[in-house]
Amino acid sequence: MTDPVLFTQGLCKSFGALRVTNNLDLRIEAGARHALIGPNGAGKSTLVNLLTGVLKPSSGRVWLNGEDITRLPAAERVWKGLSRTFQVSTIFPRLTAFEAVVLAVCRRERLLRNPSRLLSGCKPQAEEAWDFLGRFGLTGVADRQMGELAYGQQRLTEIVLALAARPKVLLLDEPAAGVPAQDSEALFSAIENLPRDVAVLFIEHDMELVFRFAEKITVLVAGESFREGVPAEIASDPDVRRVYLGDEDDE
Amino acid sequence: MTMVALRSLEPVRLLAERSRWRAAEFVFWSFVVASYFLFPGYLVLISQILIAGLFALSLDLLLGFGGMPSLGHAAFFGLGAYTAGLLGQMGWGEPISGLLLSGIVAGVFGLVCSLFLSRLRTTAFLMVTLTLGLLLREFANRWSGLTGGDDGLSDIALWPLFGVFRFGLSGHTAFWYGLCVTFIVFLLVRRLVHSPVGLALEAMRENERRAVALGISPRLMVIAIFTLSSAIAGLAGALLTQTTSFVALEVLSFERSAGVLIMLVLGGVGTLYGALVGAAVYLVARDVLSALDPVYWYFWLGLIIVMVVLFANDGLVGLSQRLQARAVRRWEAA
Repeated sequence: MTDPVLFTQGLCKSFGALRVTNNLDLRIEAGARHALIGPNGAGKSTLVNLLTGVLKPSSGRVWLNGEDITRLPAAERVWKGLSRTFQVSTIFPRLTAFEAVVLAVCRRERLLRNPSRLLSGCKPQAEEAWDFLGRFGLTGVADRQMGELAYGQQRLTEIVLALAARPKVLLLDEPAAGVPAQDSEALFSAIENLPRDVAVLFIEHDMELVFRFAEKITVLVAGESFREGVPAEIASDPDVRRVYLGDEDDE
Repeated sequence: MTMVALRSLEPVRLLAERSRWRAAEFVFWSFVVASYFLFPGYLVLISQILIAGLFALSLDLLLGFGGMPSLGHAAFFGLGAYTAGLLGQMGWGEPISGLLLSGIVAGVFGLVCSLFLSRLRTTAFLMVTLTLGLLLREFANRWSGLTGGDDGLSDIALWPLFGVFRFGLSGHTAFWYGLCVTFIVFLLVRRLVHSPVGLALEAMRENERRAVALGISPRLMVIAIFTLSSAIAGLAGALLTQTTSFVALEVLSFERSAGVLIMLVLGGVGTLYGALVGAAVYLVARDVLSALDPVYWYFWLGLIIVMVVLFANDGLVGLSQRLQARAVRRWEAA
């Protein structure tokens, strides 16, 4: 087995007496397409927050690329190669999509340490940002403020922003949530075409998306890894059907 | 033109457009220079406007671009004013080095404060800056041996600028000195706003969570911008001391912190020019209204501010930009 690019060791998080993440060992291989599923309250959002540094774990460790990042603040984890998107569209309403992506590229190239550099002098960064937007079919709306974009376009721009940091691991937190049906195909194909050298961990309720892209699925129940396997195994596992997929059938 | 050339032209054009000098900006600065010849009897007032405008500019950097509201910014203005005053009293009257030193003192104090303030946001930030301002004022009031307390600092020696231009009562030197300092600082701030750092500041203001997800460290940004803003406020305070040869305790007052915020709101937050326009409108209105109605002039000033906030909540600069955009649309449609 290859070395995982992101893994956790005995990760625990408690809020008072409530244990939300329980001794979790998660392994994300380089270039993986790894889905994290689980019923509501399984601790998916908490896990995302623990991985990205929004929350500090009660115990356990998080390793990224062979480095212990458990104590690193959220921004520094991005520097190390862990990017994310949010469950609910989280944008800069009054920046244009282009400005936002240029900023992401400039940050990656450490230009924020050089206040004497003018934006109009950031030609290579601007061209790279333009290329990123082009790959996702967004150049037509590049000079529109993000707040004016359609929801699907906002979600796509968020993925572009995360990718512009050139991450090793990309964490997609319910990327399809709230996206209208007519826009979802554009989003799905964007996810399908994510660079193969980036490991993608996505948390998703939409089973169509999960079974379409995931090469490995971890089922989280009550903060613990309940099952892990390839999609076919998970789909045919009677226990998984009972705790999770079965619930969906009932709805 | 080939497609390749078009492709590479578009993004660069978009970025250049952002920082391009507009015709209105040339008109604005030409008018400021021309005011020396147009209003020779009001040079002292114009110098005051430039100083207040520079102070408001420091707040615009913090509030308009960084999204951090301060109600105690006079602390840094006052610190600059007192530093320049004390230097003059101690016999060092060289204006430019005194100015820079005052800016540095205010900036260093700002840096120390920002180490604590960087953990706070919105209302908490507002309340702590307010308290900071009040504390510093009271400190200056009590330590009258150094600051002169309520009597302020006078007998401030100031050498002629470059050894040639004396700061006289006529205000000629004060006007050009104030204008040059304000313009240079304005240029630097304008450059910063149109740099990747400026974009990162706006991003923080727009959505901090998202900015962090891009790898922007909010703490470092707050520290950097608060320090810079404090230093600029200190420069403005020092300018006031140097052009009036006097420091009053009032430079540290809450009224000055609140007044500069009102100027900025009046002119337009986050527009850079709003700081200067707001300072001009506020100080001219105060001058005119207090002559017309010595008793209730504050009421009329308040009324103007309420009207501006009601009908142009992006300030006078924002209003003029909207009117200009509308005129352009009509002209294009015709």
